[in-house]
Amino acid sequence: MTKEEYKKIVDKHTPKVDHIKSMSLAFFVGGFIGMIGQALIDLYSKVFNFTVKDSGTYMIVTLIFISSLLTALGFFDKIIEKVRCGIIIPITGFAHAMTSAAIEYRKDGFVLGLGSNIFKLTGSVILYGVVSAYVFGLLRIMIMGG
Amino acid sequence: MIYLYSFIFCGFICLIGQLILDNTKLTPGHVTALFVVIGAFLDIFGIYDMCIDIFGGGALVPITSFGHSLIHGALESALDNGIMGLSIGMFSLTSAGIISAIVFAFFFSLIFKPKN
Repeated sequence: MTKEEYKKIVDKHTPKVDHIKSMSLAFFVGGFIGMIGQALIDLYSKVFNFTVKDSGTYMIVTLIFISSLLTALGFFDKIIEKVRCGIIIPITGFAHAMTSAAIEYRKDGFVLGLGSNIFKLTGSVILYGVVSAYVFGLLRIMIMGG
Repeated sequence: MIYLYSFIFCGFICLIGQLILDNTKLTPGHVTALFVVIGAFLDIFGIYDMCIDIFGGGALVPITSFGHSLIHGALESALDNGIMGLSIGMFSLTSAGIISAIVFAFFFSLIFKPKN
């Protein structure tokens, strides 16, 4: 079998992605989560009289709590299979990755299972976030003086 | 009106992510790491700060704001402490999110069992 024949067979059996549908689903679900975020900021700043900056922090903690809880209850995996980026790109995806790794590896023990694997999926976000922030921060200090 | 802006901005970022995910061989892990780097990059010239002013919560929810807050905290403390301030203050703004994610993940893993 030549490479081209093989490629044809692979293409035939790869599931076709409906691009328009998956993209609009990501747009609407992601936008809806953004809107919930803004609504929570308004709630915290107007009802509880926090500053806007503090309400942003409380909003993120609230979203993380909700998505951790939904992941632990098992609802989130089904939603993510369908919506994909609409829920992975908001902060909910970060919390989902952390909680699902924690729950999955706990059976291997508290230190070698839970402890060493809890950052298995989120580690790359933290690593590249910190390294890029450090490099770009240095750049900005050198170019603009802080 | 700010709700509409939030909807459009957050939805647009998710749409770009989905576009990358559908058309390349990158996994969701690659896409989230890429978006964090983009968020940090946009803060070099203060672009992401403007986005937060205009779009409100919609700009705080996507993972790009994680990279933004990392570099923002680092630069704020670099004003007081010099180069060393980058390391001292990097987590000052994002610590609430990271710590709560770790703590919730730990306690939920004690209570709940894996589903499949």
